[in-house]
Amino acid sequence: MLACNCIEPQWPADELLMKYQYISDFFIALAYFSIPLELIYFVKKSAVFPYRWVLVQFGAFIVLCGATHLINLWTFSIHSRTVAMVMTTAKVLTAVVSCATALMLVHIIPDLLSVKTRELFLKNKAAELDREMGLIRTQEETGRHVRMLTHEIRSTLDRHTILKTTLVELGRTLALEECALWMPTRTGLELQLSYTLRQQNPVGYTVPIHLPVINQVFSSNRAVKISANSPVAKLRQLAGRHIPGEVVAVRVPLLHLSNFQINDWPELSTKRYALMVLMLPSDSARQWHVHELELVEVVADQVAVALSHAAILEESMRARDLLMEQNIALDLARREAETAIRARNDFLAVMNHEMRTPMHAIIALSSLLQETELTAEQRLMVETILRSSNLLATLINDVLDLSRLEDGSLQLEIATFNLHSVFREVHNMIKPVASIKRLSVTLNIAADLPMYAIGDEKRLMQTILNVVGNAVKFSKEGSISITAFVAKSESLRDFRAPDFFPVQSDNHFYLRVQVKDSGSGINPQDIPKLFTKFAQTQALATRNSGGSGLGLAICKRFVNLMEGHIWIESEGLGKGCTATFIVKLGFPERSNESKLPFAPKLQANHVQTNFPGLKVLVMDDNGVSRSVTKGLLAHLGCDVTAVSLIDELLHVISQEHKVVFMDVSMPGIDGYELAVRIHEKFTKRHERPVLVALTGSIDKITKENCMRVGVDGVILKPVSVDKMRSVLSELLEHRVLFEAM
Amino acid sequence: MEVGQMQRQWVDYTKSLFLEGFLDGQFLQLQQLQDESNPDFVVEVVSLFFEDSEKLLNDLTRALEQPTVDFKRVDAHVHQFKGSSSSIGAQRVKNACIAFRNFCEEKNTEGCVRCVQQVKHEYYLVKSKLETLFALEQQIMAAGGSIPMLELNF
Repeated sequence: MLACNCIEPQWPADELLMKYQYISDFFIALAYFSIPLELIYFVKKSAVFPYRWVLVQFGAFIVLCGATHLINLWTFSIHSRTVAMVMTTAKVLTAVVSCATALMLVHIIPDLLSVKTRELFLKNKAAELDREMGLIRTQEETGRHVRMLTHEIRSTLDRHTILKTTLVELGRTLALEECALWMPTRTGLELQLSYTLRQQNPVGYTVPIHLPVINQVFSSNRAVKISANSPVAKLRQLAGRHIPGEVVAVRVPLLHLSNFQINDWPELSTKRYALMVLMLPSDSARQWHVHELELVEVVADQVAVALSHAAILEESMRARDLLMEQNIALDLARREAETAIRARNDFLAVMNHEMRTPMHAIIALSSLLQETELTAEQRLMVETILRSSNLLATLINDVLDLSRLEDGSLQLEIATFNLHSVFREVHNMIKPVASIKRLSVTLNIAADLPMYAIGDEKRLMQTILNVVGNAVKFSKEGSISITAFVAKSESLRDFRAPDFFPVQSDNHFYLRVQVKDSGSGINPQDIPKLFTKFAQTQALATRNSGGSGLGLAICKRFVNLMEGHIWIESEGLGKGCTATFIVKLGFPERSNESKLPFAPKLQANHVQTNFPGLKVLVMDDNGVSRSVTKGLLAHLGCDVTAVSLIDELLHVISQEHKVVFMDVSMPGIDGYELAVRIHEKFTKRHERPVLVALTGSIDKITKENCMRVGVDGVILKPVSVDKMRSVLSELLEHRVLFEAM
Repeated sequence: MEVGQMQRQWVDYTKSLFLEGFLDGQFLQLQQLQDESNPDFVVEVVSLFFEDSEKLLNDLTRALEQPTVDFKRVDAHVHQFKGSSSSIGAQRVKNACIAFRNFCEEKNTEGCVRCVQQVKHEYYLVKSKLETLFALEQQIMAAGGSIPMLELNF
């Protein structure tokens, strides 16, 4: 097409041929010119065309070719040299461009072809993605169904509702024709049709559990397609024409149901399953899809979980009901016990008085009788009467004491007493009895044992006496040793008293008393019984010891009240025994005298007449009364500072002030609070000034308040000079004051 | 009048005050506290008492004139007054205060008003008596004498 040899016609050409050539050239030129235009037009229309340069080239090529043919039109006839020139130029250019284009195409065409391949590849990719999208969508649908189903199933804790809901929801989601649940029977050998979707009341079908199809389903946790003819799937009475839909069965583990039911089942260890059977609608071309099967499996699992939750809940509700019942019963029992205790206490209280009165009469009159003239026989009788009645009186006291101790209504009477004298008294009391039995009694009191202590003297003596008395009672011969010392902290933690943890403090010490005897000893097995009341071992009882068995029990109670511990050790019968007890006693404040605050005794010895330079503080909000008190103290030689307000006093007070007189009958100003604050300010006793309360009335409340806040003395206003003098004397000597009226 | 006579007059007057119950033993105590280091102790204390009492009585009257009487406040004032008067030894005033407090507890306005009058009456009585006594003492001192020691046996 491109080889156009334009030869100058040598001869006058055929007119027709010439005309045809002329026309063809014209059309060729036209075509050649229009092609680039079309190209440009369409490329402009399309958004992407990567080869613009090629286009230009191609366009140029075509245009030039067209131009050539066009110019050819003029060369058919005689033409001038100019035309020939133009023709030549056109041809040359065309030649150049065509060659260039030809060379370019070598590169371009493979590229264009590969574009095609890429397109194909992308199309395939797109198709693949589409497929995957479809899959994901299906999965998401399934997930949504599962969630919804789970929600429905788990929204209730009632077993029946759970199962019913499962079937209903599954039926809805998967558009099932029938859905059924087979539960294992009590014997575990059969499966019973428990729930179905369509039938309201399933007839009690049962199938044996060991069918091959059932085993197949139970052995895997996947949903298994089963034949529609298997006995578990024959749920619907179908007319012969219908083709039953596909059936799938899945196992539902009954997780812990067996654990919560009545435990009279033969087999509890095997895992038990229920069977869920799902049927697609008959006569439909539907098949079970993978995602539907997965859905079924997940639901089966969820059902199992929900069922176990329901079972647990049932169980816990039962347990709670049981507990409530027990609670009520216990409460009733407690109230009954309380009533009984109250009745007993009332009885005891009455009997206490009723028993003691005649007892008292008997003892008193018998002792009186003893004083009179009696024959020997009569005297013997009276002595026996006295002895017996004393014993009876002791017994009554013991019983009453013990019952009070058990109630916890017994309170120790704490007072300061002479500790050494307690031991001496016990020793004196027991010596005569012991010497009759030819037993020697030795008393060892440690040197560091304080002379005075704070505690319940009477009960302590009772305890020691009881222990020592027992020692004497059960020894036929030998010796008894009593040792008393202050227990040091290492020895306090005794392995024999494992739950006794004494705490050392500055105000208290622990008294340890050990009574060793060389008597009949005790069988180690009997030792625990010793402290139980009314219990006497055989050996003791036969010896007619005359005790009630209460002694040690009472001792133990007393010792416990005194925050201590008592125990007995013995190596065996005939090897003697050692009774030890530790009790907590308080340190007295002044070791030489047992002076009590508010004891109504007046000691008029050694009254100072003057107190030169004694620094005192007076607080009173009443100006007149304040200046009177100040004058009074000044008259006695004191260096007085008088204030009217609590804050002022606290500001001024220092260690130099020996005595503080404060009015506590000021309305609106709490003198007691001041006392507390002074105690807080001066924590060490010797730094603190003596606190004396001045009040217009000494009544119980005032006294109690004063004791409560730690005031050292109370004086009734108005104070006379002599009274003040003696008060100051007393205070400075003893740091403690009695009531001064 | 010569010193001895004045002293006798003083003694009689004081005795009468005690016998009539205006003063009690506490006043004696006050007198005992008066010594060289504190020569005007009694006068000082009594003047303090007069000052305090005037104020207290005014407060009391005003408190009782209120439409709603604050018995707590009234009681507080009376308590103060009782304290001061007993420190001085003004026995009658003190007794009147005690009666007053009872009415305060009962919240009896009428009774309280009556008591205030009573207390005032007693106070002014004892005040004039004491002022007379002190005037006598001044005279004795001015004449160069000294105040005799009282020995009273009750």
